[in-house]
Amino acid sequence: MTSVPIHAEVSRREPAGTVARELARRLQSAEPLNATLHWSQSALDAEAARIATLDPASPLYAMPLALKDNLVTTEEPTTCGSRILEGYVSPFTGTAVGRLRDAGALVACKANMDEFAMGSSTEHSAYGRVKHPLDPDRVPGGSSGGSAALVAAGVVPAALGSETGGSVRQPASFCGVVGVKPSYGRVSRYGLVAFGSSLDCISVFGRTVDDAARVLSVMSGLDPLDATTVDRPAMAVPSPLRDLRGLTVGLPTEYFPADLHPGVRAGLDRTIAAARELGAEIREVSLPYSRYAVPTYYIIAPAEAAANLARYDGVRYGPRRVGSEGDIRSLYRATRGAGFGAEVRRRILVGTYVLSAGYYDAYYRKAQAVRALIAQDFQRALGPGGVDLLLTPTTPTPAFKAGEKTEDPVAMYLADIFVCAISLAGLPAMSLPVGRDQGLPIGAQIIAPEFEEGRMLAAAGALERVLGAAEEVR
Amino acid sequence: MTPWETVVGLEVHVQLGTRSKMFCGCSTAFGNPPNSNVCPVCLGLPGALPVPNAHAIRLAARAALALGCSVHGRSVFARKNYFYPDLPKGYQISQFDQPLATGGAVAFESPERGRMTVGITRLHVEEDAGKLLHDRFPGKTAVDLNRAGVPLAEIVSEPDMRSPAEAKAYLTTLRQLLVYVGASECSMEKGSLRVDANISVRRPGETKLGTKCEVKNLNSFANVERALHAERARQVGLLEAGGRVTQMTLLFNAGTGQVKPLRSKEESHDYRYFPDPDLPPLVLAPAWVKEQEHELPELPDAKRERLIASHGLAAYDAGVIASEQAIADYFEAVLQAGAEPKAAANWIINDAMTGYNESGEFRVPPVRLAELIRLVARNVVSQQAARKIFPELGNDDGSVQAVAERLELLQVSDTGALTDWVDEVLSAHPAEVARYRAGETKLIGFFVGQVMKRSQGKADPKGVQPVIVGRLG
Repeated sequence: MTSVPIHAEVSRREPAGTVARELARRLQSAEPLNATLHWSQSALDAEAARIATLDPASPLYAMPLALKDNLVTTEEPTTCGSRILEGYVSPFTGTAVGRLRDAGALVACKANMDEFAMGSSTEHSAYGRVKHPLDPDRVPGGSSGGSAALVAAGVVPAALGSETGGSVRQPASFCGVVGVKPSYGRVSRYGLVAFGSSLDCISVFGRTVDDAARVLSVMSGLDPLDATTVDRPAMAVPSPLRDLRGLTVGLPTEYFPADLHPGVRAGLDRTIAAARELGAEIREVSLPYSRYAVPTYYIIAPAEAAANLARYDGVRYGPRRVGSEGDIRSLYRATRGAGFGAEVRRRILVGTYVLSAGYYDAYYRKAQAVRALIAQDFQRALGPGGVDLLLTPTTPTPAFKAGEKTEDPVAMYLADIFVCAISLAGLPAMSLPVGRDQGLPIGAQIIAPEFEEGRMLAAAGALERVLGAAEEVR
Repeated sequence: MTPWETVVGLEVHVQLGTRSKMFCGCSTAFGNPPNSNVCPVCLGLPGALPVPNAHAIRLAARAALALGCSVHGRSVFARKNYFYPDLPKGYQISQFDQPLATGGAVAFESPERGRMTVGITRLHVEEDAGKLLHDRFPGKTAVDLNRAGVPLAEIVSEPDMRSPAEAKAYLTTLRQLLVYVGASECSMEKGSLRVDANISVRRPGETKLGTKCEVKNLNSFANVERALHAERARQVGLLEAGGRVTQMTLLFNAGTGQVKPLRSKEESHDYRYFPDPDLPPLVLAPAWVKEQEHELPELPDAKRERLIASHGLAAYDAGVIASEQAIADYFEAVLQAGAEPKAAANWIINDAMTGYNESGEFRVPPVRLAELIRLVARNVVSQQAARKIFPELGNDDGSVQAVAERLELLQVSDTGALTDWVDEVLSAHPAEVARYRAGETKLIGFFVGQVMKRSQGKADPKGVQPVIVGRLG
């Protein structure tokens, strides 16, 4: 499909109604991607009418935004890509989306996703898989694959996704767009349907670093409705750096294995060369505990998920199945058995197991201890005497083929091998498109110390300027 | 004497006296229409998050301090996972291995062993679940989530009680303390105090505890006592028949007075507690805890001792006055207005308490009761007349003396008036007059009583006797 960039600066000059009409046309033509779950002309018109009442100087005036379908809104259903929330419409809008709408953002649609954000390919949506905009046989990554595909296809300039263990950076890398995960606590989770509460972060896709930074800036900041948000001033939009002089960039050896995909390696080599060219000092560092990130993540996230998903019991909302025995246990079994897909059921089982009496110490408690060690690794590398930023591949390979990993959960989990540890450490990180290999985008991951999103985005802005994201890397 | 020793420990859930819920702004008001005090947070809707209620934490800390517990600088909210239709999130937010407070003690009067203390293992904060209504719709169960998210403190005692009566006495004192510090209303009717009782039996002298069973959800102190009697009898019956007690949870049926098994230990839930990632650890500064301690009112024990020591009250009277903050406050206010302590205590216990127990307030202003006590002391009104005046003092704004005048209850010591009443009494009781004159002089008391009655308490008893003696002489 044709990618027509609507940069925020363009939409700012357009009356909202024009933007809404253009959006409808683009959403319509993007239907084959299966990237959207809910959108309607009437909702777009309502958004346009609402924006017409706002100050045109609002920071995101008439900027179209796609929302991952785990962000609750009162206008459209919120299904989390699951049958168990089919038709569910929230009675409230979350904090981040509320702030964005107040700042002028135009909610374009709800985007498809892996069910309850569990997956790395957006093949685990109950409403069908999302296709990669550049190759329909490939996956866009996940779990925020719908949002990533919509930005990559030029339908919207920016979109919200959510991260628990890389669910924005990984699809951003696959789709060749910018994907930014803020520090844990920077953006309120109120209104984000919980998966792994100690990891969940509302995160942003943008066609440019600046677009993503502007969206992130508006939605960041303390929220009295989320006890885990931090009391800091909202993140300012950084000006991109002219060069990277004075910055030290660390390359963690563990993130550049010998068997790294050659296209990915070439993309990173190109990025490292560009950073050096811009004046950055490049240094090798070590993050030894990162190798335990995936198993640690797959204990902590499912444990929290098992509890977070207990509320979908068919009692208060969502489809209810009565069950063969007619009692409450039978209702739970039937409703949850039919409502959750295989991957969600797998993680609920794992999460329940690792918290069970007799297994808690061996799994959950141990995983928390390892999580602390992983975080310490990053603190040491990015702390005093260390480097200013870390640079790694975002993913071990470019976008893979649909169906390639659906039968092998562990292979799917390993698609997140370079993004998981950062989530466990609660740090800000982003994926920047740095070129293509055989037509498929390659992403570089930039990691910053806690609450240093500004440093990360400013450096990314400098690299963005010199790296042709559409150029072949080898 | 039973050859078995009973060992009891109690888990008490009290509703903390906040206006809003533990993790959202919904009202805690009792008796509203089903599902009217609810919001996305307490309904457990997707995307909603809990935020702790600072006032609930304050009240829980005060309760813990009143129970002599250490309030910890860091405690952790944990999720207690289980499925039940009254539990909207599929987990209850509670505290588990790092509770708000630990290690207290409650001193009280055991009916069997006198003054004793029961150890308090811990006090933690949690949210209540909703309520299932089985009688609203035929064949269906309805869910009312007004209670879901209401703040509770769970107070766990050591197994220090040795009888059902002792358990009841502990509960009475515990409730008194919690009401005293304003932590909870402790109203069993409104469900703001619920008890789970753990009980085991063993041979006297045995140091190891027997296998315990838990009787759940007891909703009155009388039922706690009854349930413990029933469960003790069940366990003793098993052991005396040569059997064993197996650990289980039982429910008490208040109708039949029997306990019935709910689930065995094997069937008990694995709650899979883990720290709630939505809530950072609860950190309380030492200065804040100190402040709560300073703000605690004088507690009932200390107050009772002070009333005895500095006002010379009898132990029983001091106990009644100190039993509730409002009574003690009223007493102190009456004293402040110049009344003599013992008289004030008698007035409160004998007269003022009736109205207080009915309405929950003292209708007679303290200055007016003090004034009434003064009028009695100065013989302006008799004690008997004063008791008739007292109920009027809540309605009438005039001076106490004016009320007495209006009611014609001023004491009469005028000999002429007294003589009239005496003559009426003597002519009404010729038989007694004859017996008196025959030497049965102790009948003088009878005549005085009759005169007091005829005068409706107005006659000055000290002036009446010489008049009677004179008329009969």
